[in-house]
Amino acid sequence: MNGVHDMGGMHGMGPVRAEIDEPVFHERWEARVYALTRAIGAWRKWNIDTGRFYIERIPPADYLRMSYYEKWFVRTVELLVKTGMVSQHEVETGVPEPGSAKLTPRLRADQVPVVSLSRNIESSHEPAIRPRFKTGQHVRARNMNPTGHTRLPRYARGRKGTIVLDHGVYNFPDTSADGRGSKRQHVYSVRFAARELWGEQASPHDFVHLDLWDDYLEHV
Amino acid sequence: METSRRGFLAALSTAVPDPMATADQPQDHQHQLVPSDISLRVKSLESLLVEKGLVDPAALDALVDTYENHVGPRNGAKVVARAWTDALYKKRLLSNAASAIAELGFLSTQGEHMVALENTAKLHNVVVCTLCSCYPYTILGLPPVWYKSSAYRSRAVIDPRGVLREFGLDLPEEVEVRVWDSTAELRYIVLPERPAGTDHLGEEELAGLVTRNSMIGVEKVKLPVGGAR
Repeated sequence: MNGVHDMGGMHGMGPVRAEIDEPVFHERWEARVYALTRAIGAWRKWNIDTGRFYIERIPPADYLRMSYYEKWFVRTVELLVKTGMVSQHEVETGVPEPGSAKLTPRLRADQVPVVSLSRNIESSHEPAIRPRFKTGQHVRARNMNPTGHTRLPRYARGRKGTIVLDHGVYNFPDTSADGRGSKRQHVYSVRFAARELWGEQASPHDFVHLDLWDDYLEHV
Repeated sequence: METSRRGFLAALSTAVPDPMATADQPQDHQHQLVPSDISLRVKSLESLLVEKGLVDPAALDALVDTYENHVGPRNGAKVVARAWTDALYKKRLLSNAASAIAELGFLSTQGEHMVALENTAKLHNVVVCTLCSCYPYTILGLPPVWYKSSAYRSRAVIDPRGVLREFGLDLPEEVEVRVWDSTAELRYIVLPERPAGTDHLGEEELAGLVTRNSMIGVEKVKLPVGGAR
């Protein structure tokens, strides 16, 4: 979707302000939202692409106004209700409906040190799935404007680049996010000259590399 | 150092504005204020999920402890220092970063897809996620607020040199700036240049020089004021 989350190249967001000695979490509730979201993720009721899509769906004005972990909170509550893990009424009252079954948590404390060692992404080595492009090949990012989730930013659409690396095979986010299947395919590092993306104002010495799926690319 | 978000926001509102910023430009952190009842809403949700047996409160504590105390940029700094002192390790890191990092025990050997990018005098790599907040958190811990800010996400790809100048890094025009937008499941860590004058330092002392920002690519690694002892 052409949401406000797709902000590469936008103007008006101000200078980058780095905080000195920044704590990992600024408030306790932020730490709890982070941990709750990770722990509930262990139930695998939704995947990473759906999780991202439900942040992107937050209306633009709210998206810009909310803090990072407030967006996480809104997203997690919405997906908990949508998947039936909790009811809207339970969210409002904070207590389980009478008679509802007590389950066993999927993530135990003793599993956390192991879980934190990897994002558990599936292997990208899948020789049966052939790449559509080769390293060194010139490609164009498609001009496409899907209303659902996509990982092809607007600033690269219609622009020409070069395949510099084949990363292997990954789930396709556009279909994975809304239950249309993983549609596994190759992802490449595609190198775009900054001048191709932004015109003459950009330095001829600058380049932007994006990781793009086969379905985002076409032959030049 | 304990810094509250409100304290930080208050400090920002009195900070000297950037000379390049115009009066009507929103400042990213200032509209990141949250409603005061969010803390209660989160407590209520946690209590609900615990009551339903969906989450284990001890697992939540363990997750918070992991990212506050165990997984963070010090792990990445040890990887960088090893690469600076062991040429074969550096070669492995640049060809298969996840497995080289796993050698030091900071990642499992599977499930993490990572690329290490070497900065040199002629090439400067810098990492961003314009679409959300993708970050190599398994090795560097959770990303700082500025990395997730609209300002960084919007500008890193269109004005990387301007962004780097705000971090105090003014690169010569002829240096190639290569921006990596983390749009897929690959995660990028920058191997910064080893600063000159550090030949006598051991791996541990070198690791002490490596900053989080240098592994994102917005800073170089510098010697402390007064030089290395």
